[in-house]
Amino acid sequence: MTGLATDLAFWTFAVAAAWFGWRVFRTDSMVRATFCLLASFLNVGAIMVLLLAEYLGVAMFFMMGVEMVVMAIFMVAFMMNPAGLNPMQMVHQPRAAVAVGIGAATGLAVVAAVADLPPAALLDEAGTIRALGNELMGSSMLLMEVVGVTLVATMVGAVVLSSASGRYGRADTGSVPPLLDPDDPDSRPDLASADGQDDAHAGHGGHGGHGGHG
Amino acid sequence: MTIVTVLLAAAVLLGLGTWGVLSQQSFVMIMMGFELAINGIMLAAAGVWRFTSGGAPRGQVLVIVAMLVMAVEAAIGFALVVAVYRARQQDTTEGIAELSR
Repeated sequence: MTGLATDLAFWTFAVAAAWFGWRVFRTDSMVRATFCLLASFLNVGAIMVLLLAEYLGVAMFFMMGVEMVVMAIFMVAFMMNPAGLNPMQMVHQPRAAVAVGIGAATGLAVVAAVADLPPAALLDEAGTIRALGNELMGSSMLLMEVVGVTLVATMVGAVVLSSASGRYGRADTGSVPPLLDPDDPDSRPDLASADGQDDAHAGHGGHGGHGGHG
Repeated sequence: MTIVTVLLAAAVLLGLGTWGVLSQQSFVMIMMGFELAINGIMLAAAGVWRFTSGGAPRGQVLVIVAMLVMAVEAAIGFALVVAVYRARQQDTTEGIAELSR
């Protein structure tokens, strides 16, 4: 690609990445926010391809595609307004947050503009992926193994943290359900009786039968 | 496309992520802010690798480590959201304000 075409593509992707990043926190639908974040990631991945870090760019496409779809599922599960049918404003300290965000971006931009980074062009533009592969399978092998072990530990940790029951019984023992009507303290649903009904329907006697649901 | 413009774009993404983390109430939205900030960090690292390293592949390995951080943050973050929701039926920071005491 010529220099002008690369510049045009870079600015298009950069503006799109920033615009979608901004829309993440301004849209009413949580699912839409997730896909805005995905679009921001994809644009950054495209910039990485322009930067001749093709491996990283393509890895961004695949990794973020999967991660954001998982995130969209969580959005539907946890958010009160997943379809974005109502206006949504779930923020605190909005002015301070804007000030800190602008301050962080401005500070880093000033550093980027003022810093005297010594330029060193790529020595072998066509061989960046081969060089990275040799690095990962060579002198950075230990680092890649640590990455793999860290991901395994993450999987175990995520399962332990999120599982319904652990060594000492059910994880939600003693939990308090939220009020159905925030202004009415008597509107708290009775989880214990609901559990009992479930057990009766399922033909179990008491909490010992919960394992049977799995 | 120079190192300054790439770092400017990265700074904007990191600023947007910081704004999101500080302003959002929902845990999941806060995690999206963190991801946006890490997005900027990865872009900055890739830009510095491209323009100042002469092609040394260790710069790209740094970006892979940033990706690892993002994956761990997402997985453990979602697990914590599920754990907090199981215990308290809360999915916003205001809902577990007693942690700040």
